[in-house]
Amino acid sequence: MLSVDIAARLGDFELEARFEAPASGVTALFGRSGAGKTSLTNILAGLARPSRGRIALGDRVLFDAAKRVNVPPDKRQIGYIFQEGRLFPHKTVRANLAYGLGRLAPEQRAARFDEVVDLLGITPLLERRPKTLSGGEKQRVAIGRALLSGPDLLLMDEPLTALDAARRAEILPYVEHLRDVERLPIIWVSHDVDEIIRLADHLVLIDQGRVTASGPLIEIINGPDFRAATGRREDGTVIETTVAAKDAANALTHLRFPGGELRVPGVNVTLGQRLRVHIMAKDVAIALDPPRGISVLNCLAGRIVGISDPDGADVDVEIDVGVRLRARITRYSARLLALKEGQTVHALIKAMALDRTGRNRSGTPGT
Amino acid sequence: MSDLLSPLEGEALILSLRVALWCVVISLPIGIGTAWLLARKRFPGHLLLSAVVYAPLVVPPVVVGYLLLVLLGRRGVVGAWLYETFGITVVFTWQGAAIASAIMGFPLMVRAIRLSLDAVDRRLEDAARTLGAGRWRVWLSITLPLTAPGILAGAVLAFARSLGEFGATITFVSNIPGETRTLPLALYSVLQQPGGDAPAMRLAILSLLLAIVAIAASELLARRMRKQLGV
Repeated sequence: MLSVDIAARLGDFELEARFEAPASGVTALFGRSGAGKTSLTNILAGLARPSRGRIALGDRVLFDAAKRVNVPPDKRQIGYIFQEGRLFPHKTVRANLAYGLGRLAPEQRAARFDEVVDLLGITPLLERRPKTLSGGEKQRVAIGRALLSGPDLLLMDEPLTALDAARRAEILPYVEHLRDVERLPIIWVSHDVDEIIRLADHLVLIDQGRVTASGPLIEIINGPDFRAATGRREDGTVIETTVAAKDAANALTHLRFPGGELRVPGVNVTLGQRLRVHIMAKDVAIALDPPRGISVLNCLAGRIVGISDPDGADVDVEIDVGVRLRARITRYSARLLALKEGQTVHALIKAMALDRTGRNRSGTPGT
Repeated sequence: MSDLLSPLEGEALILSLRVALWCVVISLPIGIGTAWLLARKRFPGHLLLSAVVYAPLVVPPVVVGYLLLVLLGRRGVVGAWLYETFGITVVFTWQGAAIASAIMGFPLMVRAIRLSLDAVDRRLEDAARTLGAGRWRVWLSITLPLTAPGILAGAVLAFARSLGEFGATITFVSNIPGETRTLPLALYSVLQQPGGDAPAMRLAILSLLLAIVAIAASELLARRMRKQLGV
């Protein structure tokens, strides 16, 4: 458990943060750029100093202004993976990786080194210089270097931001490995919704130097604070599902969730696997009666539990289909259907609309 | 060498090299420390320190030599104490010449090292701290190696400046053959005598060659170093 309650003044910027992160899994630190995410991670790592407050990792107090405790960064055992990698340019990949090995017991070092190098697939890079590596290779080495310093917690500050989509896809499985196999608690700093849906279990929202919400991912991400943080374009609902069946003949996967079943394209999953599905509000249509002769595969019946300002340009309708599903329709449609709270309607979601996001979480059941 | 150079030339050459070498040896640690203070620390007196360090660039060398005489002379404030306590005299010795040229070359050395310290990415030092390295290890394994090209440049500048030092040296330690008569001083001496044109030209060419060799060697070394550093 990481517990943080600090205030800091960094130049003109004031930061006030109070939250707790669980001792396992990925905690996402989410906010716009300039919200104070990096300042906060620097404070956690000991690279910047708060003016007051307390930080504790498990039973280790890292900072306590009242008791004048401020553990220096080299004694915190917190691995830090930076956006730009920060490999040492004058050292080979091997020397970079070995830089923090001193914190491991001498008899463990060689085996652990081989294990991590193998895991990240960087054996062919060992004698090279950082300058000759690609962006994705650099980040893999940076992850290995932090891992080999024997950290109790890993801070990852937008490690994918500098990479293109293909390189991101190359790094993410390693992060999932750290989460699921190494069981290392990770603070994942990001402003990318897809990333946090895929990786995180716990979410801390930060806006203008303040933590606005903190809690389990599903709870926070479907709440009003998250909507305020992302802006309307990303509005939607994230639901947790389990792979219930694979329909190879039709290249469809059936996902079970508390409201029933969703059909999504593709079968590149395993039965029983847990997946998070991000349903964008603008991808949900509403019908009064179950339609016939339509290509849309997912039709979920539910009761309207909330309607936003009916005079806006568009109207957000919340439908309880077992989970609260958000649909965004035009004002004209809302008036045409005469929607009101308590009414039973059918939410329509194209399977293809679920192709893009949240489909790739490989978390094991029970995590 | 005895065939190529006259005894006077050989003596002046060896002496010049010895003075320049010791000038670099004594000023390098102080130069690195001063550059670090100026580049990394903010403290009252920062401006004053930087003014004092850079002063020899603009003050007439003869003034520096005179101040050294006042300070380190046998009856000078520090000189008297050195003589009475340790029996050390620097005035009129080659060691004194090394001190004089060290002070004259100091601003060049500090400037070169400071520029290269400023160019070191502090974020790399932060990364090293999070990997468990204390301040000293970070300094030795990250900062110092990345500053090495600047340190080399600073050392070469001080060395070359020492080879050419004239004003402060002649004022502080005089012009004693075999003790303080370096190449520039020897050149000056032969020019004072009738018929000194030919030996003066030989000494001038010798000085020129020495400077070119020093600069070329440092350039080669710097290239290799940059390649090693991967920057």
